[in-house]
Amino acid sequence: MDTVSQLQRQFVDHTTSLYREGFVDDQFTQLQKLQDENSPDFVVEVVTLFFDDCEKLINNMARALEQQQEVDFKQVDASVHQLKGSSSSIGAMRVKNVCVTFRTFCEAQNREGCLRCLQQVNREYSLLKNKLQTLFRLEQQIVAAGGTIPAVE
Amino acid sequence: MESCNCIEPQWPADELLIKYQYISDFFIALAYFSIPLELIYFVKKSAVFPYRWVLVQFGAFIVLCGATHLINLWTFTMHTRTVAIVMTTAKVFTAVVSCATALMLVHIIPDLLSVKTRELFLKNKAAELDREMGLIRTQEETGRHVRMLTHEIRSTLDRHTILKTTLVELGRTLALEECALWMPTRTGLELQLSYTLRQQNPVGYTVPIQLPVISQVFSTNHAVKISPNSPVAKLRPIAGKYVPGEVVAVRVPLLHLSNFQINDWPELSSSTKRYALMVLMLPSDSARQWHVHELELVEVVADQVAVALSHAAILEESMRARDLLMEQNVALDLARREAETAIRARNDFLAVMNHEMRTPMHAIIALASLLQETDLTPEQRLMVETILKSSSLLATLINDVLDLSRLEDGSLQLELGTFNLHSVFREVLNLVKPIVSVKKLLVTLNLAPDVPEYAIGDEKRLMQTILNVVGNAVKFSKEGSITITAFVAKSESLRDTRAPDFFPIPSDNHFYLHVQVKDSGAGISPQDIPKLFTKFAQTQSTKNSGGSGLGLAICKRFVNLMEGNIWIESDGIGKGCTAIFLVKLGIPERLNESKFPFMPKVLATHGQANFPGLKVLVMDENGVSRMVTKGLLVNLGCDVTTVSSGEECLRMVSLEHKVVLMDVCVPGKDGYEIAIRIHEKFTKRHERPLIVALTGNTEVTKDNCMRVGMDGVILKPISLDKMRGVLSDLLEHRVLFEAM
Repeated sequence: MDTVSQLQRQFVDHTTSLYREGFVDDQFTQLQKLQDENSPDFVVEVVTLFFDDCEKLINNMARALEQQQEVDFKQVDASVHQLKGSSSSIGAMRVKNVCVTFRTFCEAQNREGCLRCLQQVNREYSLLKNKLQTLFRLEQQIVAAGGTIPAVE
Repeated sequence: MESCNCIEPQWPADELLIKYQYISDFFIALAYFSIPLELIYFVKKSAVFPYRWVLVQFGAFIVLCGATHLINLWTFTMHTRTVAIVMTTAKVFTAVVSCATALMLVHIIPDLLSVKTRELFLKNKAAELDREMGLIRTQEETGRHVRMLTHEIRSTLDRHTILKTTLVELGRTLALEECALWMPTRTGLELQLSYTLRQQNPVGYTVPIQLPVISQVFSTNHAVKISPNSPVAKLRPIAGKYVPGEVVAVRVPLLHLSNFQINDWPELSSSTKRYALMVLMLPSDSARQWHVHELELVEVVADQVAVALSHAAILEESMRARDLLMEQNVALDLARREAETAIRARNDFLAVMNHEMRTPMHAIIALASLLQETDLTPEQRLMVETILKSSSLLATLINDVLDLSRLEDGSLQLELGTFNLHSVFREVLNLVKPIVSVKKLLVTLNLAPDVPEYAIGDEKRLMQTILNVVGNAVKFSKEGSITITAFVAKSESLRDTRAPDFFPIPSDNHFYLHVQVKDSGAGISPQDIPKLFTKFAQTQSTKNSGGSGLGLAICKRFVNLMEGNIWIESDGIGKGCTAIFLVKLGIPERLNESKFPFMPKVLATHGQANFPGLKVLVMDENGVSRMVTKGLLVNLGCDVTTVSSGEECLRMVSLEHKVVLMDVCVPGKDGYEIAIRIHEKFTKRHERPLIVALTGNTEVTKDNCMRVGMDGVILKPISLDKMRGVLSDLLEHRVLFEAM
């Protein structure tokens, strides 16, 4: 069917771009491999969880860094560590890389640096969220149109 | 002379005679007239008189007679013809009436007579009825007395009260002078005066039971009149001139419990029965005699007394029995509570000692083995080896003792599961290989082809049993060979003369595994064989070889739990011995492709499920990575539990978890501590789950992990293939340290 193949092509393009632009890495592929009849929405669930986590952590960090007097770098560091762990678990490469930089700033107790990193994290997170949501939408459309989701190498 | 109408009397009247006749006639007339008046008067008075017309007739007759006599008065002298005519008329009438009356009387008089006889008859009857009424009344009174007596007697269940009441009431009812009861003594040869009515405290008179008067009384159940001079009746000194009243004696049967057999009625032969004697004396000088109804009363009362006494006796017995039972109950309860307390105390002690003893033991063993790896001089090495050996032995001993006491209470239950039977034997062989090679013994394993590869049972304990038996064989053989044979027992071979109590019943889901371990070692003398399975019993040879004496006892318990049997045969000292045991194992259901029969759902969907049902505990503080790890493991068919903190991990970890995957990315939070605590929780190596650290952090080193007792470290991120490889390596080698 024309719509299906069109959608499928879009899907393939989108996925390839994700990888190419470094939004996700091999770990994401692994995640997709875990999705099967027993857990059909596994990827969506994990990703949703990640985004919720992300938001919470980003808010925590923002709050902590806004303190005028004493910034609790330990807390910020803990949040960054969490975020790093989560992002590496699902393969959100760019987010993870920002976290690495973020941590160094935290250890150095550099408030400006931390704020800059926080902004970056936010930006990357939003981008990733958009991309992944597009991807999921495409998947749903393909399935609704009666096609199968193509595997992307 | 003109002819006059006068009539002359026949003869010349004599003056005097005529006077008398005149008077008599007058009086006769008077009488005759008064009689009817009287009759009328009295008849009027009486209500009933059936013959009224007779009366009229009679009255008329009498009146006429009277009239005749009255008229006669005029005929004594010269009288006119009128008078003569009147006289004649009157006489005629009188004649008629009298004849009529006479004729009538012929009919009436028999009637009147019969009335009289009837009256007499009725009077007799009335007298008879009166007599009978008197009798009935006396009987009824007797009955009333008996009922009252019975009621009095039966209203109490106390023996003495019964007897005393009997005498008192009898005395009252019959107005007796004296009433006494003679009871047979224990020996049964004498009768002893037990109760009297008037005398307060009867002195202990006894009379021999063989007296003729007593035998006479005992031979019948009627009350018997006896002489007041017989010894049983001589109760008070006779005050000289008075005539003693009549005395009656009656037997009172004393029924015993033994008289009442379950299915028979009590025998009525007097030889088996015991009787008491009741003696009743009427007041002296009263000239009263014993009436039949009084005797009957006495007999009835005697019977009632017997029944009441037997009831009282039965009640006494049952009260005594009940008291005894209550006492015993209390004692038993106390004993049970003491026993429970003792068991509880022992269990508490064991629980504490379990932990307390094992911890230092482990510390010693761990440190000694660590010490072994350092640089030591040869003497030091020898010392360390000895320490290690002794402490291992001690640890085993402690474990055995603790196991045994758990086995004793029956609190031990088999942990059934499907396992690879063949690999159990292989594992045992591996474990004894070092010693066997040192001792230069030859060990062969013969597994019959019908032994299934998989079976359902308690793998750990079966291994322990086989290991113990084989270990014994190895221990007590200085040289030669050891053969281990295993096959599925068939029904004929199951019945063994050596174990007569053992009746194995093979069924469709189970089979009996027959294992035989034959060695050519020291052998056992026949008299020691029975003692082998008793705890702590050591024969001469075993004492030297250093055993606790518990191994076989534990094995026997395990084998019994597995519904089997174990025994040892030996041809004598120096001729080796054979240990044989049978255990009941379940047959797992077959499924087409899989090795393990459960989790078929997983098998259908995952073509690459290598670890179905493997229970894994994942500890990770990060929700996302927790979910990802879980997803990986679920994909491989594992049964995953996730926890997010150390405490939760310790809480949830159990014997069922085979692997614990622990995220230790955070250097600040100590995942190491969790590992140590898990070690403490599971002291037996084969119980403890494998602990593997997941980390993305290279600061976590292999040494650190080993130090806290972890079995492996894996670097994140983990791919599906990597996880699969890791798990299979881990389960095979029980250790995995990735090159870092």
